[in-house]
Amino acid sequence: MEFNKPADQNLFDRSKVVGKPHTRIDGPLKVSGQAPYAYERHDVVDGQLVGYPVGSTIAKGRITSMNTEAAKKAPGVKAVVTTLDIEPLGIWDYNAARLFGGDKVEHYHQAIAVVVAETFEQARAAAALIETSYDVEQAKFDLKSEFERLQGTGEPDTVGNFDEAFAAAPVTLDEVYTTPSESHAMMEPHASIVDWSDGGDMKLWTSNQMIEWGRQALAKIFSIDPDRISLESPYIGGGFGAKLWVCSDAVLAAVGSRAAGRPVKLAMPRPFVANNTTHRSATIQRIKIGAAEDGKITAISHEAASHTLLGGSGENAIAQTPYFYAGDNRYIIHHPVEMNLPEANAMRAPGETAGLMALEIAMDEMAEKLDMDPVEFRIANDTQIKPGNPMKPFSDRHFVECLRRGADAFGWADRNKTPGGQRDGNWLIGHGMAGAYRGAPTMKSGARVRLKDGSLTVETDMTDIGTGSYTILAQTAAETMGLPLEAVDVQLGKSSYPVSSGSGGQWGAASSTAGVYAACVALRQQIAERLGLEDPRFEGGNVVDGDMETALVDIAQGEELVAEDTMEFGDFKKNMVHATFGAHFVEVGVHAGTGETRVRRMLAACDAGRILNPITARSQVIGGMTMGTGGALSEELALDQGRGFFANHDLAGYEVAVHADIPHQEVIFLDTLDVSATPLKAKGVGELGLCGVAAAIANAAYNATGVRVRDYPVTLDKMIDKLPAI
Amino acid sequence: MNLPIEFQLRRRTLLIGTAASAAALRFAQTAQAQTPVSKPAGAEKSAVTMTVNGETKTLELDHRTTLLDALREHLKLTGTKKGCDHGQCGACTVSVNGTRVNSCLSLAVMHEGDEVTTIEGLGTPDNLDPMQQAFVDHDGFQCGYCTPGQICSAKAVIDEIRAGVPSHVTSDLTSPIEMSGPEIRERMSGNICRCGAYSNIVEAITEVAGEQV
Repeated sequence: MEFNKPADQNLFDRSKVVGKPHTRIDGPLKVSGQAPYAYERHDVVDGQLVGYPVGSTIAKGRITSMNTEAAKKAPGVKAVVTTLDIEPLGIWDYNAARLFGGDKVEHYHQAIAVVVAETFEQARAAAALIETSYDVEQAKFDLKSEFERLQGTGEPDTVGNFDEAFAAAPVTLDEVYTTPSESHAMMEPHASIVDWSDGGDMKLWTSNQMIEWGRQALAKIFSIDPDRISLESPYIGGGFGAKLWVCSDAVLAAVGSRAAGRPVKLAMPRPFVANNTTHRSATIQRIKIGAAEDGKITAISHEAASHTLLGGSGENAIAQTPYFYAGDNRYIIHHPVEMNLPEANAMRAPGETAGLMALEIAMDEMAEKLDMDPVEFRIANDTQIKPGNPMKPFSDRHFVECLRRGADAFGWADRNKTPGGQRDGNWLIGHGMAGAYRGAPTMKSGARVRLKDGSLTVETDMTDIGTGSYTILAQTAAETMGLPLEAVDVQLGKSSYPVSSGSGGQWGAASSTAGVYAACVALRQQIAERLGLEDPRFEGGNVVDGDMETALVDIAQGEELVAEDTMEFGDFKKNMVHATFGAHFVEVGVHAGTGETRVRRMLAACDAGRILNPITARSQVIGGMTMGTGGALSEELALDQGRGFFANHDLAGYEVAVHADIPHQEVIFLDTLDVSATPLKAKGVGELGLCGVAAAIANAAYNATGVRVRDYPVTLDKMIDKLPAI
Repeated sequence: MNLPIEFQLRRRTLLIGTAASAAALRFAQTAQAQTPVSKPAGAEKSAVTMTVNGETKTLELDHRTTLLDALREHLKLTGTKKGCDHGQCGACTVSVNGTRVNSCLSLAVMHEGDEVTTIEGLGTPDNLDPMQQAFVDHDGFQCGYCTPGQICSAKAVIDEIRAGVPSHVTSDLTSPIEMSGPEIRERMSGNICRCGAYSNIVEAITEVAGEQV
C-alpha cells in the first residue's frame, strides 16, 4: 500500500482502541522477569560457550604483537581469536569504526581479541592474560582548537545575507556554547548469542533496534549472503541509538563461535560499552542572533563542530536551525572533525539534542536583551514554512499552542522575572523554559497478519525498545480488524518476519503502525472477497454489510487466513516539512551556598499528531525529560585528553539522572492530527521529550542565580564563585 | 576437519579453531592433576546450598561466581538482570534473608543457608504481586530491563521505612518516618532506570504503600 496523499476521515477518527490509554500488553512478562533478553536465551541452542572481549588500551596506532599463550592454556578456554588472526572485517554503510580484524587501532577499547571458554569466570580470567604491544601514533583529541581553526570555512547553508543583516540589527547576541560527549547508557549492555558453529548459516539472538539493518550489516562485515543470517530480538533492554548497529558483541561472538565450533554468548562488560561502542559527540557551537526592537529575528547564524572517526558525521547540532525559527538571513554550518575517539553516532534525537541545548539558551539570552518574555519572543518568531523557502510549508505545526498551553498550565506568568530574586530558605528558585523541535520522518514498514479462530497474530521485524511497540501495534490491528485488544497477539523482532521501519529517529511508532494497518487492510480485502462483499465494515468482532453480520471467528472454520503488506510513503511528503514540536517549563532550586541545582517541577506540552496511546507516549516524553535532566546537570563523558578515551566509562562515573533527581513530571499532548504524516495521522514522540529540556533547566538555573552557564553540564563549580552573596 | 571459511581468516585462526580447543581441554585435565600452584586464583569449586524462592538448591560453583550469575546462569532464573556487574545500577537487586542486596556484589558461595527471593518468587504473569501490578498500572517501566530490580527494591523500601531505618533525607530521627516522595526517591536511587520511568515508579510505590496501611 502506498500512502500517496493526505489521509481523509478514516476509521482512526472514530477509534475505539487506538488513542485510548491501554497499559502495555508486554507488561506482565516484564514485571515478572519472564521477558527473555538476548543473553538469557538458554533455551534456543544447546552447548553455549561464553565469550569475553579484550579492548585496545591505546587510541591510535598499530598492534605489533599479541601473546595469547597463557590465555589459550587457561582452564576452560576453547578458543582465542585476536584481531591479528583475521583480515580487517567490513564496515557497514552507517558506521565508521571497524569492529574487528587487522592490526590497526582507530580508537580506545576497539575490540582486539575474544576469549571463548566454558564459563564466564574462565573467559574473563583468561582474557586478562593476553599481552599486547603497540606502536602508538600521534592522535587528535582537542575539539576546541579544531573549531577555532575551522570557523568561517566550509560551505554554509545560507539564506539572504547574514553578515549585513547582523551588522544592521539593533539587538544582537554572539556567544559560544559547548555540550560534552554523552553515552546512551541503556540498562542492558550490548549482548548476543551467535551460532556460527559450522560456518554455514549464522543465527543470532541479540539486542538490536533494527533487525534488517543488522542482517545487512553482518552480511557486509563478514562478506556472506544476507539470506544465511537470521536475527531475533524480541526484547531489548534500552537502545537510544546505541543498538541501531551491529556492535562488537555480535561480531566477537560470531568469530568465537566459528573458531570454537559451538554457539557463543557474549555480553559487553559495562566498562567496555562507552569506549567500544558509539556515543553522542561533544559539540562547540557559536550562535549569533540579530533582531529588530519588536523581537523579530532578522539574522541567525549557527556554526558548530563535533568529532567523528573518518567516514562518520558526528553530532549535527545545527539540525533544527534551518527550520525552527523565522529570520530572513541565515548562515548555518556544521564541521565534522576527524578525531581518534570512539565512534560518534546517533544517540536519541541526534542533532537536535545538542543543538537545542545551545540554541534555546541563546533564545533565552536574546529575550532578555530584548526585554521580552521568552515565551513571547518564541511566538514572535514562529514560522509555518521553512524559513527562506515558501514552497516548503510545515505539514502541521502548533508550536505556538504548545507554548501557550504549557505556560498556562505551568503558571509561567506568575514567576519571578528578576534573576536571583526568589528564595526558599537556602534555595534560590528559578524558572526556565525552552522550545522543542524534532523531525518526524517515516520509513517503509511491513507486517504480516494471521487470523485463526477469531484471534489475530501480527508478525513484523519491528522492535520494542521500551517504546510501547507491542501495545500500539496491537491497538492498530484491533482497530482495523474490529477486534478487541485481547484477541490480538503481537510477535516482533525476528528477521523471518516482514521488514519494518525498525526503531530509530522517532520514526518507529508512526511507520510501523502504518505497516500493520496496511497488512490488516490486505486481510480485510481477502475476507471481503471470500464473503463476496464490496466494502464491509469490521466491528465488534464481526464483518458487517448492511443487515448481514458474520463473526470473524466463523469466517475460515479453523483455517488460517494470512495477509501481508508494506506501507510505503509517497513523494508528496517531500513537498513539506514533517516535524514535532513542544515547549518545556522547569522550576529549579539552586542551593545558595553550594550551587547544587535540583529540579523541582517539570512540564512539557507536545504537538506530535495523533497520540496512539497516551500512557506509553507520556512515558516516552517523561523518559526524554529525565534523560535531558541528566544532560543538563550531570552527564559528561570525561575525555582524557592525553590518551584519548572517556575516563568515566561505567555507571558510577557517568552520572545519569536517578530517582532522587526527578520530581513528578507533567505532560500535555495537544490534540492534533497530521493528515499527511500517516493514515493514522500520527508522528513520533520518542525523541521530542529530550529536545530542549536541558536548556529549560539551564535557563531556570540562570533565573535562579543570575549566573549564565553556557558549558554543559551545569555543575556547581561553574556557578559557585558567582552566586549572589549569602 | 575442513571448515568452510567465508571471511578471510588468516591461517593461524584456523589452527586455533580446530586444534586449540582440543589442546585447551587436554591442558585443563592435566592442570588439575598437577600441583595447585599452577591454577589461577579462584578457580576452585565448592558446593553451596541455599533456598531460592522457597526451593532448596544445591550448586557446585566456581568461587568467582556471583550470586547474580548463580541465579542467571546456573538456576536459569534470568529475571534478575545484569546491567553493570559492579553494583552501580541496581538491576540485579534481590532479597537475601529479607534484606535487598545487589546480587552482583556478593559471591554465591557466601550464601550457604541463605534465603533468596528473586522477581520470579514474587509473582507470575497470571498472578502478579501487588507491586508488579502497580508497575503495570502506572507504566513504571519501558524497556523492562531495570524493572525486576526496581520492584525488588520497591518492596524493600516500604519495609525499611516502616521499620524506621533512616535515610539521607530523614529529617527527624525520633518520630516515625513518613512514607513520602522524597523518602521513596532517596531510597530508590540505587536503581537506575535509563528509560526514565522514575515519576511513574514513585506513583506505583506510593499506591502500594498506601494500600498496605
